[in-house]
Amino acid sequence: MPKRYRDIVGDGGSNILVQVEEIQARLRARMARVRKKVAVTSGKGGVGKSVLTANLASILAADGRRVGVLDADLNGPSMAKLLGVRGQHLHLSPVGVHPAEGPLGIRVRSMDLLLPEDRAPLTWEAPTQQDAFVWRGTMEATALRELLADTAWGDLDLLLLDLPPGAPTLPTLAGLLDLDGALVVTIPSEVAGLVVSRLVELARTHGVRLLGLVENMAGYLCVACGTLGELFPGDGESLAETSGLPLLARIPFDPRIAWCADRGRPYALEHPESPGGQALRALAARLRALLWEEGAER
Amino acid sequence: MKFLCVGCDEPMRFHSVEGPEEGSVRVSFGCPRCGHRVALLTNPVETQLVRSLGVKIGGREVPPEPLEVVRMSVARQREGALEVEGEEGVVWVEAAEARLQRLPPLARPMAWMAISRYARERGWTTVTPELMGEYRARMGF
Repeated sequence: MPKRYRDIVGDGGSNILVQVEEIQARLRARMARVRKKVAVTSGKGGVGKSVLTANLASILAADGRRVGVLDADLNGPSMAKLLGVRGQHLHLSPVGVHPAEGPLGIRVRSMDLLLPEDRAPLTWEAPTQQDAFVWRGTMEATALRELLADTAWGDLDLLLLDLPPGAPTLPTLAGLLDLDGALVVTIPSEVAGLVVSRLVELARTHGVRLLGLVENMAGYLCVACGTLGELFPGDGESLAETSGLPLLARIPFDPRIAWCADRGRPYALEHPESPGGQALRALAARLRALLWEEGAER
Repeated sequence: MKFLCVGCDEPMRFHSVEGPEEGSVRVSFGCPRCGHRVALLTNPVETQLVRSLGVKIGGREVPPEPLEVVRMSVARQREGALEVEGEEGVVWVEAAEARLQRLPPLARPMAWMAISRYARERGWTTVTPELMGEYRARMGF
């Protein structure tokens, strides 16, 4: 019987497999200095995931943790703006590209820092843009891997990965990294709940440990009178029950969150006594417990 | 992808890679028993797919540089996004600087650092276009 694919050892000298293994080894070596890696994800866009990531990073950094944030949303990067590092120059050295430094020493990597202007989309040089759908996903996965592996993060207690909305990036990251878990952010609407259920199932398929559900925009806080009004008709508790995830926090919408976000300032630190600030701090405490206490060391 | 010489039932060995030219790469393989050669000619989409993996067919002489794919492939790049420390004792002549400026903005600092280091390690104090050509050929670009 003639030889089949599996009968032939190696790749005949084209050396692709060796390079892929070397690339993975480089990423592993870089990530070995990062104690915990947590993805922040959502089933759909517009649920406030990036703002939540920025606030969590700020609270934990203020607590003395060494925190990094990777903006994994290559096509809609916002972490540089939210953490006030837009326009910073990245320093290149033989050990890699040093991240931008945000408030409280948060180390930030975002595609936004490499693009020339606000309206410049992320596009790729190629011999042809025809059939770009064939390679675009691979190119983005490689870019994510490079941003992770070639950034001189140094020693970190926590790397938060702010994912783009929707499903595709979570499996990609799960393939690249040994994630310690993922937070699922949602809003209390039926539509959001539907996509969360799909995301939860996808995460489980790829072996991603889901730390819990965060209900964002859980009511509207009137800054003038301090009352909390209804914003969406649903509630995160029933969604948590349906999806089998613990509900980690219910964070009300406070217009000052948007104000702070636009100025690259952490709302949770500027308004620590507000209901939103307290909910975010409680979430950070819960995350700390999940990652570093409750026998969570892996 | 693996190649098998049907006549000999022998795995073929990588021989050489040329290109890309007009979006196509020519990868040659040969049978170690009968010497029969075949060439794989990629179409532009296949070329780009390999490029997007961040690997070089046939292997590398030196490890990949930081952000290699991002620096060479992001179409619109911010000027001055990356900064690099100076390499002491190495001077770039004007023509070499001009050649450096033809690279994408994100690729310049790394090229500047790598070529300056290459010059210094060989005891040269000046970077010229000829030295850049030598470096490029040595690194298999």
